[in-house]
Amino acid sequence: MNLPESTRIAVRGLSGNRLRSGLTMLGILIGVGSVIVLVAVGNGSSLAVQKQIEGLGTNTLVVFSSRGGGGRAFGGGAGGGGRATNGTQSSATQLTMKDVTALGDKTQAPDLVAIAPVITEAAVTATYAGATYTPGQFVGTNSDYLSIRNYTVAEGAAFTADDVTNRNRVALLGQTVVTNLFGSQDPIGATVQFSGIDFHVGGVLTPKGSNGQQDQDDIVITPITAVQDTLAGANAPLSQITIEARSRGVMTAAADEVTTVLLGTHHLTDATNADFQVLNQATLLSTASSTNSVFTVLLGAVAAISLLVGGIGVMNIMLVTVTERTREIGIRKAIGARRSDILGQFLVEAVLLSLLGGVLGVIGGLIGSRFRIVGVTPVVAWYSVGLAFGVAVVVGLFFGLYPANRAASMRPIEALRHE
Amino acid sequence: MRRPLLALEHVEKRYDAGEISVVALREVNLAVTRGEYVAVMGASGSGKSTLMNILGCLDLPSRGKYILAGTDVRLLDDTDLAAVRNRMIGFVFQSFNLIPRTSALRNVELPMVYAGVKPRERAERARVALEMVGLANRAGHKPSELSGGQQQRVAVARAIVTDPAIVLADEPTGNLDTTSSGEMLDLLDRLHESGRTIVVITHEPDVAMRASRVVRLSDGRIVSDEYQTPRAAVRSGSV
Repeated sequence: MNLPESTRIAVRGLSGNRLRSGLTMLGILIGVGSVIVLVAVGNGSSLAVQKQIEGLGTNTLVVFSSRGGGGRAFGGGAGGGGRATNGTQSSATQLTMKDVTALGDKTQAPDLVAIAPVITEAAVTATYAGATYTPGQFVGTNSDYLSIRNYTVAEGAAFTADDVTNRNRVALLGQTVVTNLFGSQDPIGATVQFSGIDFHVGGVLTPKGSNGQQDQDDIVITPITAVQDTLAGANAPLSQITIEARSRGVMTAAADEVTTVLLGTHHLTDATNADFQVLNQATLLSTASSTNSVFTVLLGAVAAISLLVGGIGVMNIMLVTVTERTREIGIRKAIGARRSDILGQFLVEAVLLSLLGGVLGVIGGLIGSRFRIVGVTPVVAWYSVGLAFGVAVVVGLFFGLYPANRAASMRPIEALRHE
Repeated sequence: MRRPLLALEHVEKRYDAGEISVVALREVNLAVTRGEYVAVMGASGSGKSTLMNILGCLDLPSRGKYILAGTDVRLLDDTDLAAVRNRMIGFVFQSFNLIPRTSALRNVELPMVYAGVKPRERAERARVALEMVGLANRAGHKPSELSGGQQQRVAVARAIVTDPAIVLADEPTGNLDTTSSGEMLDLLDRLHESGRTIVVITHEPDVAMRASRVVRLSDGRIVSDEYQTPRAAVRSGSV
């Protein structure tokens, strides 16, 4: 008997018991669907972290003061993380403009191309024409910051090195801040009060969107000197120093140069006692992606177990079917069905169950992956679709084999006598 | 005497149930030639079902030989036995044994499915067979939509569709009312007249009366084997 014939008989067998076939397929559907969705979630979160780190610039080094409340690499200091409040700390433990100047020495640190000192201010309230808004980040820095962080100016102009030198109170606004303060009005040239201090709006940043955790457009960037003059105070320590290395290839060398220079300015000899931390984005990226791939594999494994359970469901239902149709098997054998015919019929039936369940599971999985799940936008990994579907079919074959073989080895007289 | 179509020689069948061994058939010798209409009679437990199973290649003798159309059945493996059942034997069972939820036409086609006949030819031949049993207009009906008599006629159509050497009928009227029984027996008569070899297993004298030869079994042995004049038309008065 050929495959189309077996398939025809199998389809009739399956449609004879629609609810049962449907429920069995549901088992496979859930297995396949959850493999696809969960791997997509793992994959999506991995890509989000990667994007987030890349959004900070992949050839970027960030220096924090170890004791000054630094270490907020991803939060960007929204809570004002860099500011020392502990009066007993010596000034040497803080990052200062002296450090920035020292890092600018090309002979000591040849791999650094741009250095931006950063002061972040917490809870700065912006007011304009009666509208108030608290930006997620309020950053005082120099003109290099934009290029290091991959920000560009959409309207107006960025502030210049002259603006920094002249302590001009200009501000660049992120799109989120503009929307909240100005609505649809043109903000360029307007004067906004930040915690009571007047700043002139010089430009609007090109939207970067979310990096998965944080709205990168909820930001105000101003010259560091203006912040020191007003909100932070003249001797305020730096929250961090953001540095761009020459290329991704020299990240380690650049980090070593930064450490050497800063140990010098902080009068330290031993790197283990350093009162600062140098964060290498490239290292973060690889650490994060390896953590994430473990996470993805774990999710996939959990889902694969449900696929196995679905397979056991197939076997269970096939055993019931074979018992139920013992008499039919006897009839078929009496009129000339060979062992292989019966084996084929039930095997095709089992595989058909898992195949249809698999197809529906793929559809379900792809639909499910279109929704945000626990804050992660799933990204379908195509290998998981093929793998889940293939495994489903193999599971059907494997778990169908035993019941089909049982049917095939029945003796015709006994099968015919079965009530 | 012509060369027999099927021959049982010194056939013994014993069933081993643990310590006890039950002998269902002993020293059975039977030769049937082409075109004969044989009734095998006997009370229940006489071994007639066992004989039917052996004749139908559903079971093998424990001892002795069964030659079917020149082939010693004992030498065949499972696959060959399936092929023999498919091509040489047409079964009609007491309980009809049609495949449920499957149309009459598909049921009749089934033996040809296993024989590897092409779908078009299969449907054509199945239609002819159904016409022969007078059910051409019921081809699309499922067994549950047919009466007992109609189901048994579908079973006969299925039995003859492959043009087998013998038609084996096991109590074919056992589950039928008087009218349907009469129709069934008339149908078997017609098959016999058209030259088919028929073996009917029965315990009803009315059925045995139609055959040209009656073999009586008792306690696993053949106790009588007589030729007779069939009395078909006399009883039902219709063909």
